[in-house]
Amino acid sequence: MKLFNLFRRGTAPIARERLQILLAHERSARTGPDLLAVLREEILAVIGRHVAFEPDKVQIKLDRGKSVSTLAVDIEIPNGGRIGGIAPQYSRLTLDGGASSMNKQVA
Amino acid sequence: MSEGRSARVVVVTSGKGGVGKTTSTAAIGAALAHLGDKVVVVDFDVGLRNLDLVLGAERRVVFDLINVINGVAKLPQALIRDKRLENLYLLPASQTRDKDALTEEGVGKVVAELRQKFDWIVCDSPAGIERGATLAMRHADTAIIVTNPEVSSVRDSDRIIGLLDAKTEKAERGECIDKHLLVTRYHPWRAARGEMLSIDDVLEILSVPLLGIIPESEEVLRASNLGSPVTINAALSAPARAYFDAARRLKGEQIAMQVPSESRGLFTKLFGRKAA
Repeated sequence: MKLFNLFRRGTAPIARERLQILLAHERSARTGPDLLAVLREEILAVIGRHVAFEPDKVQIKLDRGKSVSTLAVDIEIPNGGRIGGIAPQYSRLTLDGGASSMNKQVA
Repeated sequence: MSEGRSARVVVVTSGKGGVGKTTSTAAIGAALAHLGDKVVVVDFDVGLRNLDLVLGAERRVVFDLINVINGVAKLPQALIRDKRLENLYLLPASQTRDKDALTEEGVGKVVAELRQKFDWIVCDSPAGIERGATLAMRHADTAIIVTNPEVSSVRDSDRIIGLLDAKTEKAERGECIDKHLLVTRYHPWRAARGEMLSIDDVLEILSVPLLGIIPESEEVLRASNLGSPVTINAALSAPARAYFDAARRLKGEQIAMQVPSESRGLFTKLFGRKAA
């Protein structure tokens, strides 16, 4: 973006690009359900069925890009939380990736 | 009042506040009246009416839209005739009532009655996407979407376009509501330097045909200070000429699109463009 600015003094092209990306998402959300919002809800519901976690220890990051969007869910699980039969002292569950790619890590 | 007309209902809307809906309603309403048509401008901003003030009729309001809906007053009692243009009338909003007093059925009856008496019903929508805004657009044949070349205004206009295509009577009948974009507060030189979204940027993003480009001008503020639409108060000024062109395009005339400037010539030549 900064390099871009060297060639064009104005900020209007940046405004235009931001609007194009935002409105593409808002228009698709208007006609159907917002895929990333649905994923976020369902992922948390699934995890909540197996692991007890505090809602305020959940960090959800969303980055809507022009062609690819990413959803990152980072959940702190307190002592006593259970994942796959193992009861760790302290766990952190991170789901990272967009609709197409999803990596699961247990740290 | 002569009966048997069939007005075109126009809603002036934007989503965002402060972009120039009321100013544009007054200016275009007055321009249409000046061109010989019989016009009523209707304020839908219940609780925050301002069309009366911009038209200089604030001291003449006795009854309002909600009084008519509630049957407290007859429609002719609530209509205020402009002192400068005999073809221009105002139906004010209520300043004191709750906005829930606007009912869909009531608004429908008033609009139907106005259709018989006027050539144009220009509805000044409140900001936002709540009841007042959806009722203002409900019966419209045509929408004027007022947009400033600025990100938040363009985003809200896009939202309003979505509502116009879903929530109006015309849309529900499966017809397409006639939409036009009016870009206000435009600085041609800022857009040329890439400091402000250009007309082409806004048109490309919103995909709605252009009705007019109103340049930023001190004449607009001066007119509202005096309580007179800019098309009456300074009819030869750049914004007034732009509003007159917009009114003529609404009437179906083909007029080349340009940004009028205070000093006729240079900017007009530089930024002259074809009508959408």
